[in-house]
Order: sequence, then structure tokens, then C-alpha cells
Amino acid sequence: MSKSNPKNNPPGGGCCDCSRSTFLRVAVGGAGVVYAAGLAYPVYRYVASPVEKSAKEAAVTEVTLKDAQKLATGSALMFKFGAKPSLLIHHDDGSWTALTAVCTHLGCTVSYQADQKRIHCACHGGVYDPKTGGNVSGPPPKPLQRYEVKITDVAVIVSKNPQGA
Amino acid sequence: MKAFFSSIYSWADERLGLEELVQFAKHKTVPVHSQAFWYYWGGLSLFFFVIQCVTGVLLLLYYRPGPEAYDSVRQITYDTDFGWLVRSVHSWSANLMVAAIFVHMFSAFFMKAYRKPREFGWWSGVMLLGMTMIFGFSGYLLPMDELAYFATKVGLEIPSTTPVIGPALADLVRGGPDVNAYTVQRFFTLHVVVLPAIFLPLLGFHLWLVQKHGNAVPPSEDAKPAAQRKSEPFVPTFMMKDFAMWLVAFNVLCVLAFLFPWDLGPQADVLKPSPLGIHPEWYFMSQFQTLKIFGNWFPGKLGEILGVAVFTGGLVLWFLIPLYDNTKEAGRRARRATWFGLFALVALIVTTLWAYLAI
Repeated sequence: MSKSNPKNNPPGGGCCDCSRSTFLRVAVGGAGVVYAAGLAYPVYRYVASPVEKSAKEAAVTEVTLKDAQKLATGSALMFKFGAKPSLLIHHDDGSWTALTAVCTHLGCTVSYQADQKRIHCACHGGVYDPKTGGNVSGPPPKPLQRYEVKITDVAVIVSKNPQGA
Repeated sequence: MKAFFSSIYSWADERLGLEELVQFAKHKTVPVHSQAFWYYWGGLSLFFFVIQCVTGVLLLLYYRPGPEAYDSVRQITYDTDFGWLVRSVHSWSANLMVAAIFVHMFSAFFMKAYRKPREFGWWSGVMLLGMTMIFGFSGYLLPMDELAYFATKVGLEIPSTTPVIGPALADLVRGGPDVNAYTVQRFFTLHVVVLPAIFLPLLGFHLWLVQKHGNAVPPSEDAKPAAQRKSEPFVPTFMMKDFAMWLVAFNVLCVLAFLFPWDLGPQADVLKPSPLGIHPEWYFMSQFQTLKIFGNWFPGKLGEILGVAVFTGGLVLWFLIPLYDNTKEAGRRARRATWFGLFALVALIVTTLWAYLAI
């Protein structure tokens, strides 16, 4: 496109033409990049729209589980903390634990096994401690993230621990 | 670095014969004359088709056919970031594509580009236009708003006038005696699977023929001795001009889609009467008006059948024109074909304008 035409060069002015063609090349290239970016932006936002929405959903810091205080001891229930599946356990000694149910190994959903008093991941056999969420055996590299639990007369309130423990 | 790329190139060339393509591209030329402006319209049609493919795939990310159709289009239009723009570009580009193909077809007609050896180019081209119109018709229903619903209802009355099998055919297309959620599902399947599967190879055939025979020149140019005819290389001269046209077309498309975003009417409701002034898209208005005219002249079923017959007959003649006007000589057949083309063009424009005035 921007081939320099030697016939149009002023005699001895090759440098002048050179800078002009460089300028043109940069200007056309720059305009092209701006144009492409202007095109890519709405397409990206369109495709990413649900990602942004679920990110907003995941930004919750507190979930109120109505009537969950009635949960029998020695049992557990699944709930959604934002978009993430999570686990609320009422232990035999009356204490409560809430943690994310997403295995830290490869993201499967874990389950509470009341008879063995453990949290188990069926995908690769990972085992977690139901009270602390600590990774006990199997492939999981990290403990499950724990939430704060507050019991009221009508509900269980689960919130993100500000310390992130 | 250069040596690296050239070694990759020669590796691939040995296996794929790339050099043949390069030589072909180097020697491909495009005629230069006073009518050369019309050469851009096939490329423009192709460009709008590519836009349709890209925006169509984007719409597929969120569109749900069947009973949820209207709701999913509502979500695309109002809830999804830039969804209104993607949908608007798809709708506008569809209309511009039909318009570009019409210009391309009439310019090919008057250049007599259907003559030997280009008959198959003409036939595949007319078929591509027909399929584009079915693309338009099937896509129009997919939002399942009021306008789409009634336009499809009326449009499907036309195949139902086919003698004997018509009513059964229309029922099959609709998936019932009336336009319903099954119709949307069927039209969706047609629009995104069946039509593309036929359209793409046919388009490939059409484009291959253009490469094989090159651009046709109008008879006035053809009459000149070879030494007086001018041409320019396709790569890079004409290609760059083609790109420039595409850029212009894209900007026009974006401005239209941005300033006049495609509307979504109220949801189709079987119990609601048709809104006033219901009519199909502009490229079906001529047929629409022809049916109306014949319906006024011959009330009842006869008018409907005559209207459809006249249009179908005209289309058959249009399709078969290469067999009639088949020689290079400027004889009586050539003149008659030109008059036929002018008549078709004027008839299309007049009936379309008439239809809009009669709404």
C-alpha cells in the first residue's frame, strides 16, 4: 500500500519521503489498531456478559439460611454461597461449621459423610476434616475455605471471614 | 527469521501446492471500464454474509428456540451487554445483504454475464438469492414478537396455495395448523443448520466459477478489440479497492445499527388481533403486492393462485434466461432479454413502492 514511488521523490530528498511514508504507515497502522479495538470491545463485553453477572453474584459476603438452625445434629445441608456450592454441618457436639464445598484439588463438589465424620471428594478420594476443613488425606493441596457461622432463633447466617481463614 | 518462514513455506508448498495458488493470484486480473463499479457488489454481498455468520454465532450464544424464544431475545436486547448492537447488526446486515445481492444480480443481468460459459454462475447465483430470502424469512420469525408472528402466518399462506399438496406442506412447515413454538424450532433449525449446510457449498461453487471464468464484461466492452481493453491486477490493486468498499460498507452498517437499533415488539399473542399495517420485509413486498393486485382483479382463490403463478412463472423465465439469450451477437434475443430485465426491474420497484403506499 505505502510503497514509495521513486518517481515522486524530490531530487536528493529521499529522507523526506522516507519519513513521510513511515508516518503514513504508523498512522494507518494506529488507526487500524484503534478500529479493531473498537470492534473487539463490544464483542468481548457481549461474550463476557454472563461472566460479569456471575462475578457479581459471587461477590456476596453473607447468606441467610432461613430455618437452618433446625438442622439435626450429625447432619449437613448444601447451600449456595454466591455461585459456589457450600456445606453447613451441625456436629454431634452442637457446634456448627460452614465451608465451601469445592474441592481444592480439581474443583469437584465434596460431600459430608456423617457415618465416617469426614468430608469426602468422590472424584479422586480427597478427605477433609469436617470441623476445620483441613485437608487430611488424598490429593487436595489446601484446606476448604471456612465461613463464619452465626445462629439466631430463625436462621443461620453464614458470612465470609474477614481474616480469610 | 526470513529463512525460517521460507523453509516452513516450502515445506507446506511441497505438500499443498501453494505455489499454484500464488501464481493464480498473481495472474488474476479484473477488467477496467466505465461499468466496473458493479464488480464490487458480489464482494459486498459476500462481506455481509460473513458478518451474518459472525453475528449469527454470537446470537447463538444466548438465543433459545421454542417457547422461550421471545424471552431470550428480550434478554439479548435488554440484559446482555451490547446484545442490542449485535442483534441490530445482524438484522441490518441481513437487509443490506439482500439489497447487495439484488444489485449484483441486476448488474450481472444487464452485463449479460449469464451467457456462455457463465450459465452455472447465473443459476447458482439466483439460487443463492432465493436461499438468502429464505434465510431472511426464517430469521424474521425467531424473535417471536407480534410482527414476526403475523408476517410468518401470512407468508406461509403462499405455499399453501400450491395445488393439492399446499395445505399439507404448510402444516408440515409450521408443525401444526398455526404458527407456534414448534414453528420457531423448525425455522431455527432451517436458519442455522439446514440452510447454511446447503448455502456454503453453493457459494463455494459460485465463487469457484468466478475464478474459473473471470469477470464478465458488458457487451459494449466485449465488442472492442483485445488491445483496447484494459485490466488491472486483482492482487493487490482490485483487492485493496474491494477492502476499501468493505470498510465503507461496514461503517454504513455500524452507523445504521447504532442509530436505528432493531426493535423488539410485544410478545406474539394468539388471541390478539393483527396490528394495523402488517406487512412483510421489503424484499417480499413485491410478491405481497402482486398477490393483492390479483386478489382485487379476481376475487377468491383464483386471484391468489394467479398471483402466485405469475410470480413463479416470471422467476422461472428469469432463471432460464441464459438458455434464451445465449449468443454473443447483439441480435433480437439479446434485445428482448434486456427489455425483459428492464421490465422485471421496473415491475419490482413499482410493486414494492405501490405496496408501501397502500399500507
